Amino acid sequence: MSSRIIGIDLGTTNSLVAYVDEATGLPRVIPDADGRPLLPSVVAFTPDGIVVGEPARRQLARRPADTVYSVKRLMGRGFEDVKDEARYLPFRILAGEGLVRLAVGGREVTPPEVSAVVLKALKERAERHFGESVEKAVVTVPAYFNDAQRQATKDAGRIAGLDVVRIVNEPTAASLAYGLHRLSEGVVAVYDLGGGTFDVSILRVKDGVFEVLATNGDTHLGGDDFDRVLALWLLEDIAARHHTELDPEAMQELRLAAEAAKIRLSSEERTTLTLPFAGFTYRREMTRADLERLVEPLVRRTLGPCRRALADAGLSAADIDEVVLVGGSTRVPLVRRRVQELFGKTPHSQLNPDEVVALGAAVQAHILAGGITNMLLLDVTPLSLGIESLGGIVNVLIPRNTTIPTSAREMFTTSADGQTLVDLHVLQGERELAKDCRSLGRFELRIDPMPAGMPKIEVTFLIDANGILQVQAKEQRSDKAASIEVKPTYGLNEAEVGRMIEDSFTYAEADVETRMLIEARNEADTVLVHAGRALKQGAHLVDVAERAAIETAVAALRAARSGDDRDRIHEATTAVNRATEHLAEVLMDAALKGALGSRRATEILGER
Amino acid sequence: MFGLPRKLVVDSAELQRRFYALAREHHPDFHQAAPAEERARIEATSALVNAAYRTLRDPIARVEYLVRLEEGRETKEGDIDKPKAPPALLQEMFEIQEALAEARSEAAKGALDETTRATLAEQRESLRARLKDEETRLAGPLSARWDSAAPAERPAILAAFKEALATRAYLRTVIADLTETLDSDTETLSGETDSGIEGRHGSAEAPRTRGGMGGHIGAPHQ
Repeated sequence: MSSRIIGIDLGTTNSLVAYVDEATGLPRVIPDADGRPLLPSVVAFTPDGIVVGEPARRQLARRPADTVYSVKRLMGRGFEDVKDEARYLPFRILAGEGLVRLAVGGREVTPPEVSAVVLKALKERAERHFGESVEKAVVTVPAYFNDAQRQATKDAGRIAGLDVVRIVNEPTAASLAYGLHRLSEGVVAVYDLGGGTFDVSILRVKDGVFEVLATNGDTHLGGDDFDRVLALWLLEDIAARHHTELDPEAMQELRLAAEAAKIRLSSEERTTLTLPFAGFTYRREMTRADLERLVEPLVRRTLGPCRRALADAGLSAADIDEVVLVGGSTRVPLVRRRVQELFGKTPHSQLNPDEVVALGAAVQAHILAGGITNMLLLDVTPLSLGIESLGGIVNVLIPRNTTIPTSAREMFTTSADGQTLVDLHVLQGERELAKDCRSLGRFELRIDPMPAGMPKIEVTFLIDANGILQVQAKEQRSDKAASIEVKPTYGLNEAEVGRMIEDSFTYAEADVETRMLIEARNEADTVLVHAGRALKQGAHLVDVAERAAIETAVAALRAARSGDDRDRIHEATTAVNRATEHLAEVLMDAALKGALGSRRATEILGER
Repeated sequence: MFGLPRKLVVDSAELQRRFYALAREHHPDFHQAAPAEERARIEATSALVNAAYRTLRDPIARVEYLVRLEEGRETKEGDIDKPKAPPALLQEMFEIQEALAEARSEAAKGALDETTRATLAEQRESLRARLKDEETRLAGPLSARWDSAAPAERPAILAAFKEALATRAYLRTVIADLTETLDSDTETLSGETDSGIEGRHGSAEAPRTRGGMGGHIGAPHQ
């Protein structure tokens, strides 16, 4: 068996796999067969099987109900936690107790199972690269992930057939990647704004030790939210100008167009968004200032956690020697400006912010494999951990920002006479009352009946280097071996994980042939939808012969699509594309004229 | 463990250097290939090193730990007699708490009025200053006195430590209460703040043989 350990960044939007090249000692991302380093974290449950990555992403707008994206935001969470955001998700989230369940492709799946599909694809990518099987991985998570979210990530690894030998916090992983060459000793702030989560970590780098002093964040804040406010703003505009509402497919197209416009506005001052919908073409100019006005409140929400992390580290902004930017959302110029204002330093961004976490995961993997011995990462637990005691108060055993591994012990007793069952409720969070904290699980401890206050129950918490908690309890007077049953509040038990591992074989990913056929059909569907729209909107703009040619091509494609011949579908798709080329141009012209007609000439001249 | 003399005044740079060396020696990262049993032992050692550093790097935590050591207690458990703060302080804190309770019941009806708010904020500032003084005294002169004291003088200093720690605990509680009232007011009071100690949650579902946890044995809640 290979002892190779890969590093995986399991992201909200994109995921990557990396390793340390023995020859150079440097971490490298493993690209796919087409040379793309990023694997979109999108999984489609189609009748022909499961599709992951770029092909799944491309069918987001066509099969919104069966295509899962941003599942990381649902990891280790309950329905109550996500129901507000579920309103904006096109796939169905089932109401119920415990962890979230999705209804997609005619079956129920949990977020760890969806993430497992992504992990499996990365595992296979690595195996193709090395030409041997890969069984071990370091997987990164947001620093502010709680215990349930970490556990869910580990479960996803197991379902994918990967032994997750270490869970590493993303900002700390990034600091390791930078630390190889680019960081001098001192205090570093890592600002990590990704697709769905935000983290900030303050570290001291000295003598090869990366000691995290404090961390803070928001596991529900990221580029997805930027896209959402932008899409909602555009939706209002569409409603006002075209007096219409969008169906789920069109909503997805709008969301994707909003994301693309946001990305363009990081490098350009203004951009135009053109979306051909059924019945009308929506066109809108927007400026970077428009975007900044919309996302400013979201960017501001990241500053509070930064200040709290500084306070917990006992430092002020002036004590920070270097600032490192991580995550795709830090490409937004407003984010850079705000970070620079807060810390008073020009942030580092030499390493690709999309790749730096995966590179760091590879470095940590190499440390664990024994390949690096002069670097050591000392991370912390992000949130306080405790036990509920009488009156619903939380008794903190391990405060936040405690260096891990760590352990703590405390004594508790009973409140009722003759109590034989003690309910240990384990909580995580910073609030004083249990009901305001995150419930991690319940443990039942069976004891001999004694008068209230007599039993001496010793509770031990141990947080391992992954930031995952183990709880032990023992009644000392009887010194009886305690029987403990764990009931995770938002997690999977052993049996469920076992069943999911089996399921992952039953519902195997579509094989390469099928996958390519699915892709061809998807492509055909997209073209058919666009051709249908173009004909509906612009039939009067072209002559009869052209219209007939388009209709013939469309009919041929429909016929090809219902068959299994991939090449035939491809050819028919290309034919439709060619046949509609001229119509598309004419339509775009008409849309432009329509837009120009409604604006003043000076405005247009001023643009050029 | 760190090979430093058992003193309250510690060279923090030297402590950090030795901590890094120990952390390296015992961190699970460097023992991945070891058998499971060995790894569990290393993890426990690593947890101990981290906990020791956390206690030793903070001058107040050092004093608290020393008091526990001197009294032969292993954990926070066993603080049977409540730490005693000077009676004058208790009286004063009691008065502030009363004024605070009054302000809260006022605030429950509407917003806190400006003068009350200003008074409370001022009180908080002055308490914060006293807290800082108390901590400086503990970490500075008192700690230094302990280090140079003859064994016979130690019980007296220990008593001073305990009083200072108790004073600090009371000050912190009252400051936290003041902060809660001042802050919750800005987010409009929901009537949820009435000291919150009596469980509105918890034991309701508990039949006689199945209760919640009883909490610390006699330990004060800070």
